[in-house]
Amino acid sequence: MALANITTISGRAVPVRGDDLDTDRIIPARYMKCVTFDGLGAFMFYDVRFDEQGHPKPHPLNEARFKGATIIISGNNFGCGSSREHAPQAIYRYGIRAVIAEGFAEIFFGNSTTLGLPCVSVSRADRETLQQMVETDADTAISVDLEQKTVTAGGKVFPCDIRESARQGLISGHWDPIAELLESGGQVDTVAARVGYMAARPANN
Amino acid sequence: MGKTLFEKVWDAHTVKVLPNGQTQLLIGTHLIHEVTSPQAFAMLRELGLRVKFPQRTFATVDHIVPTDVLCEPFADPLADAMMKELRKNCAEFGVTFFDRDTGKQGIVHVVGPEQGITQPGTTIACGDSHTSTHGAFGAIAFGIGTTQVRDLLATQTMALGKLKVRRIEVNGKLRPGVYAKDVILHIIRTLGVNGGTGYAYEYAGDVFDHFTMEERMTVCNMSIEGGARVGYVNPDERTFAFLKGRPYAPADRDWDAAVARWQSFASDRDAQYDDIVTISGADIEPTVTWGITPGQGVFISEHIPTVETSPESERALVKEALEHMKFKGGAPIKGQKINVAFLGSCTNGRLSDFQEAAKYLPGRRVAPGVKAIAVPGSQIVAAQCEKLGLDQIFTAAGFEWRAAGCSMCLAMNPDKLIGDQLCASSSNRNFKGRQGSVTGRTLLMSPVMVAAAAVTGEVSDAREVFAA
Repeated sequence: MALANITTISGRAVPVRGDDLDTDRIIPARYMKCVTFDGLGAFMFYDVRFDEQGHPKPHPLNEARFKGATIIISGNNFGCGSSREHAPQAIYRYGIRAVIAEGFAEIFFGNSTTLGLPCVSVSRADRETLQQMVETDADTAISVDLEQKTVTAGGKVFPCDIRESARQGLISGHWDPIAELLESGGQVDTVAARVGYMAARPANN
Repeated sequence: MGKTLFEKVWDAHTVKVLPNGQTQLLIGTHLIHEVTSPQAFAMLRELGLRVKFPQRTFATVDHIVPTDVLCEPFADPLADAMMKELRKNCAEFGVTFFDRDTGKQGIVHVVGPEQGITQPGTTIACGDSHTSTHGAFGAIAFGIGTTQVRDLLATQTMALGKLKVRRIEVNGKLRPGVYAKDVILHIIRTLGVNGGTGYAYEYAGDVFDHFTMEERMTVCNMSIEGGARVGYVNPDERTFAFLKGRPYAPADRDWDAAVARWQSFASDRDAQYDDIVTISGADIEPTVTWGITPGQGVFISEHIPTVETSPESERALVKEALEHMKFKGGAPIKGQKINVAFLGSCTNGRLSDFQEAAKYLPGRRVAPGVKAIAVPGSQIVAAQCEKLGLDQIFTAAGFEWRAAGCSMCLAMNPDKLIGDQLCASSSNRNFKGRQGSVTGRTLLMSPVMVAAAAVTGEVSDAREVFAA
């Protein structure tokens, strides 16, 4: 499967402040009543953006100056909680192409990588600086460079981190592993036979 | 040098190392449900692929099923479409489906162990973060996203980075009235909601040695709330006794060989760990969350923290939590008036959870104005409870006795909070909006503490309420 090499993500960024922003917050469960991921982008951070009557709340995601931002800057443990891939799907379908945060929850990070949505970590101090920069000037040009492992904002360069396997997958266009997994069909059968419980029929059933 | 159970299971299931350094891991058992599988089946069709091991793929329906009105079609057309889609996919791809008419339907993490599908030394995955529950049996069980559900359907493998292993020993004895739920809430409070990121948690020590399988499941279930994608307990005689005679457990001549194999996976005495944490069981008290993350918990005797006395790095979150919960920093958690009591979920929806709560209910009534629901985790749990007359005890006390499902844990079915109701809940997440109302408020606690809150109408110390 030919996938794009994802090396640099450039654009404007929107700050989404807070630590431990969970996947229920990113996509409320009521919007998961669906059999496709289509249209999920409209519901990203829905209850953060809108009140119960559907009126916009004061939040950067509702500000005209952040419209068209393709990068989210958030706090620690971003994407914790439910394993729902609906969360990174909603983020991606909203138009976001990278998330910069202090840290990411394990399952969210993996789900995002597989969609080609890079998640890079920066220090708490740099996260604060980056959020302040875009809050001051929403037009600040941000660039995430996965090869150099840097975030550049308004001419300043910040180091960022990303798990090496994810970085390799993204920059080499192998972020969706299905093709490689399918290649080892024979080896899978061998291991399946070796573990000894895969063929077992339910004896009492 | 010895190995941990995690390493042994990982090695036994490794197919190969992928170019990016991740491991292609064989997943012996794939559990699916209606929420995270339909898109995966659609991707499978798009790729023109079949399910590689349909006999190792098991389905149930849990998140969206109503627990009061049981007829189909469901009133909610979206839920009904998900129900039908799962049925269609299972039929088309030859997947075993514990459907609603089988008497075996229930929350996926209750059904797997109940059927004996969950076994030691195996790998398990499910598109649900609470899959770590199955680690109670010495399995390595991962919560995954939908693209990985596709990978598993197509190849029975997925790409993963190896986790580090932290051993968490809880030693000594728990005090009376302290439950498995308190242990895991205390662990999360101590190590943080992201303390387990990158780790598998191995739970050990006297407390776990003496825990029943259901208690081990409660702890492993909430590993992910501490950031750990995997949590497990080494298999022992209790594990084997639980599995013996279950529908999918090995039987007859196969049993002894299976037990020997299962035993071989337990962590070696000289296994090396990336980290070891020791906790004294006697120090743990009944724990209740006061905030909007599962790590924001206090002992029942403690007060809700204030912004000023919290560490600088937590202040913004404490402030946000206090505002959402409408709590005053420094106030006692005890005595907060509740509106709803929810007993159920994959954390605490098993027979022993209802048995323990029901012990204290005869002769007591749910407080006026409190809505209390008891929701068995599976049709089998429901039948077990009903056989023992527990349903009668709950209804006599003023609880609604419901049918099996995820219910009020996550707001994908009609069981939801309304407005800013405060809910004493035996579930696993207190995130903003988790129980279906944006302003709804959740307090996580053990089933017996939920029962105590239900009958008093406020957060209470069950040890006092149910004394004598």
